[in-house]
Amino acid sequence: MIETINISKRFGRLQALNNISLSLNKGECIALIGPNGCGKTTLIKSILGMVLPDAGDIIFDGKNIKGDNLYRSHIGYMPQIGRYPENMSIGQIIDLIRYIRNSNEPLDSDLYEQFKISSMTDKKMRTLSGGTIQKISATLAFMFNPKVLILDEPTAGLDPIASEMLKEKIIAARESGKLILITSHLLSELEEIVNGIIFMQDGMVKLHSSTEELKKKTGQETISKSIIQLLKNEQV
Amino acid sequence: MRILKYVSLDILKNKIVIAYAVMLALFSWSAFGLEDNASKGLLTVLNIILLTVPLMSVLFATIYVYNSNEFIELLVSHPIKRSIIWRALFAGLSLSFVAAFILGAGIPILLFADFETALMMIIASSFLSVIFVAIAFLSNIITRDKAKGIGISILLWLYFALLFDGLVLFLFFQFADYPIEKFVVLLSALSPVDLCRILILLRLDVSAMFGYTGAVFKDYFGTDGGLILSFLLLSLWIIIPYMISIIKFRKRDL
Repeated sequence: MIETINISKRFGRLQALNNISLSLNKGECIALIGPNGCGKTTLIKSILGMVLPDAGDIIFDGKNIKGDNLYRSHIGYMPQIGRYPENMSIGQIIDLIRYIRNSNEPLDSDLYEQFKISSMTDKKMRTLSGGTIQKISATLAFMFNPKVLILDEPTAGLDPIASEMLKEKIIAARESGKLILITSHLLSELEEIVNGIIFMQDGMVKLHSSTEELKKKTGQETISKSIIQLLKNEQV
Repeated sequence: MRILKYVSLDILKNKIVIAYAVMLALFSWSAFGLEDNASKGLLTVLNIILLTVPLMSVLFATIYVYNSNEFIELLVSHPIKRSIIWRALFAGLSLSFVAAFILGAGIPILLFADFETALMMIIASSFLSVIFVAIAFLSNIITRDKAKGIGISILLWLYFALLFDGLVLFLFFQFADYPIEKFVVLLSALSPVDLCRILILLRLDVSAMFGYTGAVFKDYFGTDGGLILSFLLLSLWIIIPYMISIIKFRKRDL
């Protein structure tokens, strides 16, 4: 579904992405992990066309995304830190995105209702707390039934109840055969959600496998333990 | 179109553009009211316009585009062309400033000056507004740093509104013994502010004050061909900075 072929990106002296080749398919729910500044967000932004790679190609559903923007109607994106125009109200933002997406398909309003957003549509974005902004981002990402979900630190800043609602929503999306890409620092959070792992370091993919394989290989029961085991082995 | 609506509404809600229109109205009405003949009043208004219109357009537009970063970020992950976002911002800012000028200064000018002169003044000033909005877009694309961007905008304004005149005057005095009139005509095309000034002054028939140079100006800019050429040059002053900015914006990492 999404294929990256040898993509590289350099920001000044920092090699953010170094020759990354990946193939991501339907029904996969992948945790994108790695230390700070390893290129996770750059990879995500490259797939979204927000960052243009210096070299390499990104193929979405068999088509190169270069110069295209329509493929983004199949992607729901939840940014790490949602930044919204301060003077716009929640209602206006949702309205604007609906207009741009121009979709005739029924909207997925589960999160809209669960997060009780209808009760605060008139609130201006600048008055909202970080958690509420995350709720808006999550709602927008799921609203248009996209085939692909890209979630950058989805549960950071959410209260436990909202976080649980979002997790259930992600699992439901996985069951329905969507491709989901999640970055997170909290491996324990992802334990029951993901079925694949991509580990990045210094702009390179160090590991890409399913969770089953990973656990079998390292002989550990949880993903976090497996990863730690793997890192230890490498240092030795 | 919907994006343009949001941008325009947001600019109007900002109230600065409204204050700008009110200020222009106050200046123009009082200038026409205080001077005993319309021509003198027009000259006063012209001087005010040539100073304030570029300054307001370039400063407000620069800051506005920097503050629109969030708006741009919100939209780029959705299926929409980047050029549409940029164009909506540009159109929203340009329209707001042209509208503010026409409502503020345009009405008194139309009432007090003869129709053709008034029309020339309104068109030239509208061009000036849009030109400096385009220059603001250029500063935005040159640097990501807001303070630097605003600095570049102010420097460009200083250059076009004040320094350029000084430069031309300096050349005039230094080379007074040589026939450099034609060269000065050429030079004035390099500053949109001067181009507008000449276009309007020629309509006011005060070009006689410039002596021989005024006559040369009249020869070049007073004709129909000169007029068309001048507006062509003014259009280039919009198109070139804007095109550079949009080409760069399409390739920018967000």
